[in-house]
Amino acid sequence: MNKKSPITVFVAIGIGAALFFVLGRFVAIPSPVPNTNISLQYGLLAFMAALFGPLAGALIAFIGHALIDFSYGWGVWWSWVIASAVAGLIMGLGTKKISIEKSFGKKEICVFNITQVVAHLIAWGVVAPVLDILIYAEPANKVFTQGLVGGISNIVTTAIVGTLLAIAFSAAKPKTGSLKKEA
Amino acid sequence: MSGIFNYINRESVIHRMSGATKLIVLILWSLAAMTSFDTRFLALLPILAFILFGLSKIRFSDVKFLLWFTFVFMVLNNLLIYIFSPEHGVTIYGSRTVILEGYGRWTLTAEQLFYHLNVVLKYLATIPVVILFVSTTDPSEFASSLSKIGINYKVAYSVSLALRYIPDIQREFHDIMISQQARGLEMASKKQNIIKRLKNASAMLFPLIISSMDRIEVIANAMELRGFGKHKKRSWYSERPFRAPDYTAIIFVCLLMAISLTLNFINGGRYFNPFIG
Repeated sequence: MNKKSPITVFVAIGIGAALFFVLGRFVAIPSPVPNTNISLQYGLLAFMAALFGPLAGALIAFIGHALIDFSYGWGVWWSWVIASAVAGLIMGLGTKKISIEKSFGKKEICVFNITQVVAHLIAWGVVAPVLDILIYAEPANKVFTQGLVGGISNIVTTAIVGTLLAIAFSAAKPKTGSLKKEA
Repeated sequence: MSGIFNYINRESVIHRMSGATKLIVLILWSLAAMTSFDTRFLALLPILAFILFGLSKIRFSDVKFLLWFTFVFMVLNNLLIYIFSPEHGVTIYGSRTVILEGYGRWTLTAEQLFYHLNVVLKYLATIPVVILFVSTTDPSEFASSLSKIGINYKVAYSVSLALRYIPDIQREFHDIMISQQARGLEMASKKQNIIKRLKNASAMLFPLIISSMDRIEVIANAMELRGFGKHKKRSWYSERPFRAPDYTAIIFVCLLMAISLTLNFINGGRYFNPFIG
């Protein structure tokens, strides 16, 4: 991540949350397990977190996810909203060392994807189910299965969508030293 | 924007309340309903919520669609709980009263039925308040409410930006989708496998990302030029002052929270257990 002005980060949080909302609310492909979707928004989240850092990642996910729940009116599932925020936070933390604006080669692809796998595993494999058990006293085997199904589908989605977005974005950015002085 | 969030503008006590009050009520009410598993308390909350609905002049027909959605979701979730753990109630309440032996491990016990009743009540206790909040709070007042309950105004402003740009981004995404489809990119086609569909989806997302990055830069520059973030506090155009009904509502919801916590204490745990004879 490059150093960004704090105002840019807060604007990015706003626009990122709006993107997260639109993808999650209008482009979701439902899977048979309730609460879980094949959701493009996590690909976007990984990309934004890598670009704007952990605070942006956490808040984009938190605001975007809470707005989705509000708009559906099925109640706000805080356990899942918080899990999303944790995913965004870890995605931002893990990619601090790389800058996808400068280059997105093999090394960056590895860091980016290892981070997102870890983030999703912690968020959906640990945080969401544990909170579900604490808040709603749901049976453990049910919530862990839900979390695992959701987590794996999110990992696959992020691996494809997030990586492709980052590759395309970094290719579209002009590189330093790409201009040559004419003879 | 009201199209997305189902805000219904009517003249009522609840509508006149400050958005901050409604947010506090929503948060404390949800917390109270989340911490307690006392059946009597969970049964009281929906009744109170229906009284609030009456006060807000929001009619059943206004939110019928939302309720229907919730109902389907609730049935599905209950079914899943039963399939995965048909004797969860037995472990929670520590006794086993079999009503029907059933098939294999899927027995029917009084404890399990009681547990499901609690799950249903939990839905009924929390969801009407969320619906009420969404349908009586103007989205443009939301950011000022967040800032009023003590959240950093920069974060509150991000929320307000998100609400402002959702319709724009939605329209843009729709345009991009149509033009990419015209070029032969399919996203929802059943004929393609999931990997191919995700790849196509990324190709549709990319133009949206590029234009959003431009948007971020333009907005950030405009805000920086106007000195955003210079002061510790800011004022909000759509802020409402607290009046008597606001204080009443806040005291009322604090009482609910206190009852919920006391019940946890009295019951010696979160559950109200009628099976101890």
